[in-house]
This record gives sequence, structure tokens and C-alpha cells, in this order.
Amino acid sequence: MSLISASNLGKIYRTHSLVGASAGKTVLQDISLSVREGETVALLGRSGCGKSTLARLLAGLEQPTTGEVLFRDKPVSGLDRSDIKAFRRDVQLVFQDSPSAVNARFTIRDIIAEPLRHLTSLDQGQRQDRIRTLLNMVELPPDIADRLPGQVSGGQLQRVCIARALAVNPRLIILDEAVSNLDIHLQASALTLLARLQRENGIAYLFVTHDLRLVRGFASRCLVMDEGRIVEESMVADCAGMTHPASRLLHAAVLPPLPERTGKRLILSGQAL
Amino acid sequence: MTGQTLAIEGLTATAVIDGQRHILVDDLSLAVQQGRILALVGASGSGKSMTCSAALGVLPPGVTMAAGRVTIDDVPYGATALRGRHVASIMQNPRSAFNPVRTMRDHAAETLRALGTMGADAEDRIAHCMQAAGLEEVKAVLSLHPFEMSGGMLQRMMIALALLGDAPFLFADEPTTDLDLVVQMRILELLEKLVEERRLGVLLVTHDMGVVARLADDVAVLDHGRLVEQAPVMTIFHQPGHPVTRMLVNAHLSLYGMEAIA
Repeated sequence: MSLISASNLGKIYRTHSLVGASAGKTVLQDISLSVREGETVALLGRSGCGKSTLARLLAGLEQPTTGEVLFRDKPVSGLDRSDIKAFRRDVQLVFQDSPSAVNARFTIRDIIAEPLRHLTSLDQGQRQDRIRTLLNMVELPPDIADRLPGQVSGGQLQRVCIARALAVNPRLIILDEAVSNLDIHLQASALTLLARLQRENGIAYLFVTHDLRLVRGFASRCLVMDEGRIVEESMVADCAGMTHPASRLLHAAVLPPLPERTGKRLILSGQAL
Repeated sequence: MTGQTLAIEGLTATAVIDGQRHILVDDLSLAVQQGRILALVGASGSGKSMTCSAALGVLPPGVTMAAGRVTIDDVPYGATALRGRHVASIMQNPRSAFNPVRTMRDHAAETLRALGTMGADAEDRIAHCMQAAGLEEVKAVLSLHPFEMSGGMLQRMMIALALLGDAPFLFADEPTTDLDLVVQMRILELLEKLVEERRLGVLLVTHDMGVVARLADDVAVLDHGRLVEQAPVMTIFHQPGHPVTRMLVNAHLSLYGMEAIA
């Protein structure tokens, strides 16, 4: 059984004004995918290819124009009350831009407590225990809980958002460029943290990114998107052999691990002397 | 013809926060040579951008340059004399660096006016710099507003504006951080080409060691406002000396699944 899946999803955005609706802009077309329990799937693509829209549809924040999102093989549009509650608890989303993903007037404690209040039956004391555990999980000091978002660094706030997503023991976290804003060494440590949580709790991840480097060692399978469609699918181990032009381009854009030129520019300028 | 050398000497920048004096950049010295790219690396908050801002006299309110000077071939220059004429700069976020209600033509004219070089050949020079930055459709692009352009196009326009002053040096503060990787690749190629063709001396601020590996000749590593290591790029990657350098290189290599350097 897949945890979450999409069958033939399509999304068309229209703008409405006094003179009527504009021509639709097709953002997603014919998307089918599935994520199993405990698996990490990477969703790769350039800016504007529809990755984030797909993430929002899968998390239930927006409705597809065509096709369906299925949660444990049941269409999300037809879930009953208890199933909807389970869906909202089990599927969590972490956004790229953490300052705009939190209420600037909430303390870190309130931010993490919010899903606990709405989606669990923990009492006040249990909630505080849970918040301490979560902060510890994402390697933040406990005294950060009483600060406001503006008083912590971008990297810390991103980890607060990860803690908030983990709060209700979800089965799937959709990471929408969730580490892209961090320094590289913080990106690496955030991914190490997520991988550890997966080993311990069997969480599944849908990892949305444009950076092929981050996919290796973290995801097992990757999907490449281009212009609103999934154009190629591959196991990460074989992703060097992907053939679609969009995949090749993403590959070519990966920065080198080590410097390659040895004084080439020095020789060029030497000739100019 | 040998190139000029721009040197930042003994730069110290301080801020007063809640009555306490904080040192943001601590007695920093480095040199940029024409025709070479010096990467300034370090974690967020290590003082990379603050170093560029202090050298060009554009520190944010509350931050002061307590000591230091900038020289070109040992002649000291004030920040106002440097800006635009000797040192051009490009910023991280092209989206917010442009005036949203002005066209690209207005931006180019403003740059030329500021440089005092708004002559009869202005249109030609603008076209020439835009083509050098990879914007071929000059007429069409000049009439666009920022919201009509992609991030990559805006960054090319920012580079074109930087080239207008014919400055021998360029400060590039995280020039590709907000762009997708494919656009990043093209902007880095462009910078490399400009260094080779125009012998620009570049101070490249970045936190991405991949960008450093791709482009830099030399690397200066900052930690808490202090320069902890400076070396050619090969040495930084293969024999890093300082623990902070090792941490940056190892975190970077771990993304490629490569062995850490001991």
C-alpha cells in the first residue's frame, strides 16, 4: 500500500477579474507518483517547473483541477472526518522560506505547540514535555523556546519548522526546498538529522529540490519534473544515466566537488603580459 | 602591462547593540589582483558581506568602520572614490536590488549619471555592456520592468550595469545564491569569461564551496569576523590548515559522498 499517491494530477490557474476569467495557465499535467512508508523520494526540477504546486496539492493545501490525490489508497476528496484528521496529522509540509512560514508574534514554544493543540489530545504538561523532546531532536537548546522568530537565526528557525512538522509523529514530511536557504554545512547536518529520524521512526520524505547534490545519499528514488510534467524517474544510484534533456541539464549544472583548473588563468594572463 | 592590486588593510567594523560593542570584522587584510578571483568564504554571520560593505562605505546604520583603509597599488582611496569607478558590485538578490517601477533603460541611465559619463555614446555603451553580460536583445530588455524578467536575466542586467563604469575590480556578494542551479552555471560561466576578457579582479563572497571549486583562484576563510586562512584554491581543498576551513570543505565534500579530509 502506498502512503500517498497521485493519479493523473493536473492544475490550471486562472485569474478572475471584473471582466471575467483569464485563459488558464496549466501548471501541472498528468502527474502520477506514489510514496511508500519509510521511503525517501526526491522531486527534482528547475525553478518554475511546478514542484511546489505539486507539493501543495499532495499536502491538501490546494485542490487539483483534474486527477486525484490518494492517502492510503483512498481519495483525499472523499475522506471522512476521522480520516481527514489522520491525513492532516500524517502528512506534514516544511517550506523553504521559514520566516514567512511562522507567525512572527508567536514564541518558538507556541509555534511548535500549535499542531499539538489541534491534532493531538496531549494536555498542557505533556505538550511542554513534547516540545522539549522535539527541540532536543533538532539539536536546539531548550531556552530557545521563549524567543520570537526574529530573535533566532535562519538556520535555527528552519529547524524549528522541522520540529513543528515532527511534532505529531507524521508518516510523511514533504520538504519543499526546506534546506535550500541554509549554509552548506547546515544543509548537510539537516539532512543527516532527517536521515537519522527516518532510521529511528520510519518516516517517509518527499524531498523537493533543484540541487542534485543533495539527493545523493539522502533519497533512494528521484523524479525529474519539467514544465509541469514528470519527465523521468530513476533510482538515485542510477541517476547519472538519466537521459531526458531536463535531467541532463540538472546534471551538468552540478558544481564540481574539487577545483579542476590548475593555474589555467595564470597562464592566460601570462600570455597577455 | 601588469594588473593593479586592490588591498583591504586592517579593516575593523564594529556595531553597538544594547550598549555593548561588538566587533563584526576584526583587523582583516586581503588583496585582490586584477585577472584573478579571490573567494571570501565563511558561515552565515562570519562577516563576509560586512567586509565588502565596509570597504565600499555602505555599512548598514549602527555599524561603523573603526579602522582600516583600502588601497590600489598602495595608493589609499576613499569609499566614494572607489564605488563604481574602481570597484563595481553585484548583489545577492537581483529581485530586490532593482526599482520595481523603473525600466532597465532608467536603471542604466541612472548608473551613467552617477558615474558622470552620460555622453552621446551612452546608448552604444549600454548595448555593449549588455551584450557582454549575455543580454542580446538589448532594445527589448531595456524597456522591461523588473517583474517582467527572470532572476537570471536580472542578474545579467546587474552585471551589465556593473560593467558600465569600466571598473577594474568587481565585488560579487553571493551572486548566484538565489538562482536555480542551471542559471547559476550560466552566470558563473559569464563571470569567468569577464575575468579572462576584461582582466577584472573579483572578490567573490560565497558560502558554497562548489562555487569556490568552480571559479576561485585563491580563497580567504572568515570565522567570526577574523581571517583564519588564506591560500590558493588547491591548497584549501587538499591541505586545509584551519579547523574552520576543514569543516567547510568536509561539509561540502559530504554532499558528494566523498571522503572527509583528515
